[in-house]
Amino acid sequence: MDAAAAKLIGAGIATFGMGLAALGVGIIFGMYLQGALRNPAAANSQRPNLLFGFAVTEALGIFSFLVALILLFVV
Amino acid sequence: MASPLEQFELHKLVTADVMGYDVSFTNSAMFMVVTVVLVGLFLVLGMRNAKLVPGRWQTAVESTHEFVVGMVDENIGPNGRKYVPFIFSLFMFVLFANLIGLIPFAFTTTSHLAVTFAFASFIFLLCLVIGFARHGFHFFSLFVPPQTPVVLLPLIVLIEMISFLTRPLTLSVRLFANMTAGHILLKVFAGFIISLGLAGGIWSAVAVLPMAMNIALYALELLVSVVQAYVFALLTCVYLNDSINLSH
Repeated sequence: MDAAAAKLIGAGIATFGMGLAALGVGIIFGMYLQGALRNPAAANSQRPNLLFGFAVTEALGIFSFLVALILLFVV
Repeated sequence: MASPLEQFELHKLVTADVMGYDVSFTNSAMFMVVTVVLVGLFLVLGMRNAKLVPGRWQTAVESTHEFVVGMVDENIGPNGRKYVPFIFSLFMFVLFANLIGLIPFAFTTTSHLAVTFAFASFIFLLCLVIGFARHGFHFFSLFVPPQTPVVLLPLIVLIEMISFLTRPLTLSVRLFANMTAGHILLKVFAGFIISLGLAGGIWSAVAVLPMAMNIALYALELLVSVVQAYVFALLTCVYLNDSINLSH
């Protein structure tokens, strides 16, 4: 298999990481909604934690996108 | 059709050379100047003729300041008060740089790893210097979580050290990759609009779909810009807290 084909296949495999990160983001928001529906008064105080958790989790998905970009355009 | 990666290219506006080093004034540098000028105008003009009962602009300036002070207070505590100007400048610069990048035909300064890595490595070095200045070699107790069984200690310390050393990398790559990915997406869908629109006939009507998607993506990018600036500043506060208070 020549290098160009391997790079493209690698970039395709890297997208699985984004799917897994999407699951993680869904879990974060789902847990927040679950807690907010049980205890609406405490929901607003946890909004900063929600956004922080979302950003940190999504970052990992973006890291895998970065790997795909590196494979396609840099290596 | 332009490639979606063309928007990240640097163009030299004023070529300059100092002792063999290329210090040209690029479009990235120009947008950094624009960012700083806009932040300055926002803050200074907002607090002009400050009243006891604030108007809208003064309220906006005071709310952002209160927000950053609250974040530093919550994460670092009373020891962190002297770092509020630093965190505030960092937060405002990253926020405005992210938002200015959303203006059509503007350049996103934070979409370059060089820029974000410069920020992140400065923050990392700051944490190291503060940690060693305050605690000396006791700083290494950061890598030993309390109540770890002695048997696991070598492995845990190794893992904690690796996690600590990747901090500048994850901090910078999170911001850079978020901005880059968002802007590539926007350009790709914009390309679809143009291609479909030029195809003529029924295809031009279908071009509304990528346009609607682009509008939704733009709203998402606005959210991501603000959230990424907030997360960058928040993580800086958390890392400073680790160095100043040696909490785990």
